[in-house]
Amino acid sequence: MRAVLIGLLAFVIFGPLANLLLWAFAERWYYPGKLPQEFGLKFWVQVFQPRGNAVQSLITSVWIALLTVAFCLAVAVPAGFALARLKLPWRGFILLLFLLPQAIPNLPIYVNIARMFYEVGLNGTVFGVVLVHASHGLVLAVWIASAAFAAVDESLEHAARNLGAGPWQSFSTITLPLAAPGLIASAIFVFLESLDEFTGTYFVGVPDVITLPLLMFNASMGGNYQIASITALLLLIPSIGFMLLVERFLKADVLAMVGR
Amino acid sequence: MNRRWAGLLLISPALFVIGIFFLVPLVLSVVSSLQAKGGSWTLAHFEKSFELYSTDMLFTVAIVLLSSALIAVVAIAIAGYLTLGEHERTRYLLRWLYRWPLFIPFIVTGQVMRTFLAKNGMLNHVLIGGGLIEPLAAQSLLDWRGIVIAFVWKQAPFVTLLLAGAMASIDVQHTEAARNLGAPRWRVLLGIVLPQVRGTLLVGVVLSFVTMLSVLSVPLMINPNSPTMMTVDVAYRISSHGDYAVANALCLISLVFASLGAWVYLRHAVKRVGGT
Repeated sequence: MRAVLIGLLAFVIFGPLANLLLWAFAERWYYPGKLPQEFGLKFWVQVFQPRGNAVQSLITSVWIALLTVAFCLAVAVPAGFALARLKLPWRGFILLLFLLPQAIPNLPIYVNIARMFYEVGLNGTVFGVVLVHASHGLVLAVWIASAAFAAVDESLEHAARNLGAGPWQSFSTITLPLAAPGLIASAIFVFLESLDEFTGTYFVGVPDVITLPLLMFNASMGGNYQIASITALLLLIPSIGFMLLVERFLKADVLAMVGR
Repeated sequence: MNRRWAGLLLISPALFVIGIFFLVPLVLSVVSSLQAKGGSWTLAHFEKSFELYSTDMLFTVAIVLLSSALIAVVAIAIAGYLTLGEHERTRYLLRWLYRWPLFIPFIVTGQVMRTFLAKNGMLNHVLIGGGLIEPLAAQSLLDWRGIVIAFVWKQAPFVTLLLAGAMASIDVQHTEAARNLGAPRWRVLLGIVLPQVRGTLLVGVVLSFVTMLSVLSVPLMINPNSPTMMTVDVAYRISSHGDYAVANALCLISLVFASLGAWVYLRHAVKRVGGT
């Protein structure tokens, strides 16, 4: 009974993923074949040809994700530090404000950002897409950064200051290195969110910025399941890699401080 | 420099970004949905939305509510076994298994389910091969059922993760006392463990509820034809008609649905922030 239930769950979880793998390596798969009639790497060659759309999209996606991480960290690290360490007026209100974008559907936001960007010519530009991804990723980044700073033992900073270190020196040699794992975790979260983001890019990026999720969507809607599945696999690799890594960077003491 | 002002200075770039890229578009959405062409105020866009899309609104709410309920049930069952289960190897396997969809993006979930649940997809082949259904009875699940399956598949692990964490921090004495008195495990789970983690379950389910309301890719890939979810209608109004007014009215209506959930969530979150 127990084994049957576990087996069933395994099928529910891995069945869909196995189907994706089959499609990625299927050269021909006609109804009603249970398995592809012919396996092969033809579509992989097509996806990875140097001038193919996929390689271009991959580069675009990674470039956008890197810029988004840089932007988010530049804004979230000072904000997280201020929330964790300094006395802030209206702190509760500010925390609430950083909660809101997670608590309401983001579709109206994307729709109207697209309109705003259209007015100023940011639609269809990489910079415009980065701004959209960053505004969404920022919420997570600020939360995790603030938790990471809060988890650093304050007495270490006091000790450094007592020994004559200036505020900047104590921050850069004590606080920042100790908070680094949490900050790396927030960077990974932002990177993944940007890499996987669909709706915002769909409205703001068209027609010139084609990220990997958009390419996958177009291939799938065009009935090209092989290309769609290969692209989906490319998107899966960082996601699953992160699932295996997340506990190394996001320790329990940081998790306990999220939202405080 | 005053520490207070230093703090405000450090946080101001983040506040600026949230203001420009979150609050301003939100206000624009409200304005656009309420303004007629000449600039006067009107409710016509809302009337038109209800006229054209009330079926889709019901469809959306029904799907999201059903998915939320199923997510809660699955999460309670898995987290419950992880906490109370007695078979060590099963617990280990389960913990390893359930997390896989956690970080898989919605768009990939959509693509994966699009092939898995199709008439000639793997699900039907396995059901036929196992003798569970006749070949002629195979049908495509790519309608409301497909959306619900995709949502539960993707979101249940998230709620399970939160819930299992909360359950693990419960005092073991309570559950052991009840077990010693002869209570079966499902009664311990529902009567003793669950009431203590209600808050966490609520937050997880509400977050999923709001997320599902605004996912565009899954309904677009699994069930793009009417009746469908409101996100698809919004995209259609914009890409085919350039009709931002009705699109925004639809967005605001789904925002009202979400705010019922968000209200529960924020109340809980504020209580926690205020309590520490």
